[in-house]
Amino acid sequence: MTPGYRARPRRRAVFLAVAAVLVLGAALLGGCARGDGGRGRTTVTIGTFGVFGYQQAGLYREYERLHPDVAVKESVIERNDAYYPQLLTHLAAGSGLLDIQAVEVGDIHELATAQGGLFEDLSAAKGVHRRDWLPWKWEQATTRDGRTIGLGTDIGPIAMCYRKDLFRRAGLPTAREAVGRLWAGDWRKYLTTGLAYKKRAPAGTVFTDSAAGIYNASVHGYAERYYDRRSRPIWSNSPAVRASWELAVRAARDGLTARLKQFEKPWDQAYANGRFATVACPPWMLGYIKEKSGPAGKDKWDVAPAPRPANWGGSFITVPKAARHKAAAVDLAVWLTAPAQQARLFERQASIPSTPASYAMPEVRDAHNPYFGGAPTGAIFAAAARAVPTLVYGPKEQQIGGAFTDVGIPQVEQQGKPPGAGWRAAQQEIENAVDE
Amino acid sequence: MTATTTVAEGAPRREQGGGHHGGRPAPDPWRSRLCRWDLRYSPYAFVAPFFLFFTVFGLFPLLYTGWASLHRIELTSPGRTEWVGLHNYARLLGNEFFWNALRNTATIGVLSTVPQLLMALGLAHLLHYRLRAATFWRVALLTPYATSVAAATLVFVLLYGRDYGMVNWALRGVGIGPVDWQSGTWSSQIAVSSIVIWRWTGYNALIYLAAMRAVPDDLYEAAALDGASRARQFRHVTLPALRPTVLFTVVVSTIGATQLFGEPLLFGGAGGQKGGASRQFQTLGLYLYEQGWFNFHLGRACAVAWSMFLILLLIAAVNALLARRLRQDR
Repeated sequence: MTPGYRARPRRRAVFLAVAAVLVLGAALLGGCARGDGGRGRTTVTIGTFGVFGYQQAGLYREYERLHPDVAVKESVIERNDAYYPQLLTHLAAGSGLLDIQAVEVGDIHELATAQGGLFEDLSAAKGVHRRDWLPWKWEQATTRDGRTIGLGTDIGPIAMCYRKDLFRRAGLPTAREAVGRLWAGDWRKYLTTGLAYKKRAPAGTVFTDSAAGIYNASVHGYAERYYDRRSRPIWSNSPAVRASWELAVRAARDGLTARLKQFEKPWDQAYANGRFATVACPPWMLGYIKEKSGPAGKDKWDVAPAPRPANWGGSFITVPKAARHKAAAVDLAVWLTAPAQQARLFERQASIPSTPASYAMPEVRDAHNPYFGGAPTGAIFAAAARAVPTLVYGPKEQQIGGAFTDVGIPQVEQQGKPPGAGWRAAQQEIENAVDE
Repeated sequence: MTATTTVAEGAPRREQGGGHHGGRPAPDPWRSRLCRWDLRYSPYAFVAPFFLFFTVFGLFPLLYTGWASLHRIELTSPGRTEWVGLHNYARLLGNEFFWNALRNTATIGVLSTVPQLLMALGLAHLLHYRLRAATFWRVALLTPYATSVAAATLVFVLLYGRDYGMVNWALRGVGIGPVDWQSGTWSSQIAVSSIVIWRWTGYNALIYLAAMRAVPDDLYEAAALDGASRARQFRHVTLPALRPTVLFTVVVSTIGATQLFGEPLLFGGAGGQKGGASRQFQTLGLYLYEQGWFNFHLGRACAVAWSMFLILLLIAAVNALLARRLRQDR
């Protein structure tokens, strides 16, 4: 026998092993793809970005208890700027979509206008009552022909978080009602307060974190910002943009800001070091402030109403037509966004419900945040939410907003360029982003 | 080559011989044909997997990207693909942001590659001496290369922090005011380059070291006999022997610099695809990413990709010319 022949049995063994691995792998993959949670249960998959809190609040577990034939599986991508392009790719391919897909408020209009046909109309689903939602929230996910492709989850009404200890040392009032009165109704009064703070500021501190934060808090209080009601672009001359830009630039030039970029490491460090006295805060930011300020910040922070009601952020959940378990997904989506569940989510996650019926529920109505000096956060944010105008959204919302907050304003605030140059850079940035 | 010729010669001889050699049994013609095929074709079979994978994951995407770059494709409405010819390229040539990215790529490339290779050469020279724990030093050199871009960059971001960064803390010690590393054009490019330098210097040093080991000792002995100092030996023996290796590292580093992506992206933090508020450290890779995955202009992003490919081809051509010139000089 030649060596070649002797090698044969071994070769066959290798072949068999490889084949076995392949078959096993295929079986495993098949098992995953089928997505049946065993024993004939339907596994409904849900894709979200960031922390929606359904898992943490135990809502999936409860739903599975109520529906023994359903299992819920969540898959999370941390940042929306990674999540959304992937969702778009999956929509284009018509595969890879989960049964429920979360969508951020800045993107929902784009999906509703350009690809609304790829989603289920949830307005007709069993258990959905349009009047449960804030009217502007409902509008945002509704297509021109009246189909509603997303059910509102949380919203982002804005309040003002401030440091009582720093305010006291700067000779400003500290009670939340009195602080709210300092700037009620006008963002310019907020800057005036900032100048007063600056005169007697405790060493090493400034009035607020970033000019872009002021811009965001202000611009989201106007109905028409980047597009008017007839979808015409107005980002170069709308009163909303002009006024918010002026505010942000003035705050930067007057030295009222710590020149920080929000959600960056130095921002976190500044929280820990108590470097700034105020920050415009949607409800979802409270948890962040608590985490980054740490035990040292307890009872130092408090929450007052913002100068004008505004909404920054918030999300929807949708069911793509290509979903595997459409009926089960719709049921779950309806249940997750019902007022009772939204109220429970607020209790756990401090996400303000988009369903006003939740505001009267004890979880929201009686909510006090112990970290923020026992502030009645439920009442403060609910009051802000009711006063928010119906915000008009258009395509490329995120890119346009980013042109101001990531390009124009930082050029003035951090790079010391003249406001005119920053403005032109922001406009050029937008032209480049929207030009097809 | 040699294998194929022997087979080709061997085959007719066996047919002529027809099994009359030294009384040995005639070889089974079928088996010998198998043997021949084995020798002739199995090399192709062995290299085939690479080419198969290259076709699927390299060539096809390359060509498809080229095709896509001639169309208007928006990720927000992917169903609509419209032929626009060279419009995407024309737009790039007239776009300030593209030229800015190209310029940044070049300056960051020079800022990172030149010190990197010089330092690598120096380190390799040091390691070439007899050292205690030589293996330890070599492994230590390679550790930055083995860390992930993301982890390393995030640490560098902390070091280069404006308010609480360690670099500024150290600078304050010697009386230099805090530098806003991210906001300045040069400061940010230097910061990004330093990450690249930190990661790749050791890798290049090891390549140089391997090449130095291959230089015959008698050359050094001869030089020493002629009274050449260590420095002169390095200049006149080591460096000329290293020329092809240097050229290789220059090519590889240039390709790496052209595709620079992870370091500036993470250095910029949230919104890092812009490379800073004034795009002061946006490289071509980031510009591509921004066009495709943040502004959703896929066709234009493909055009950027192909432009980068053409630029690389250009660089390769220049390198080839230089290499030929060097060889002729010798």
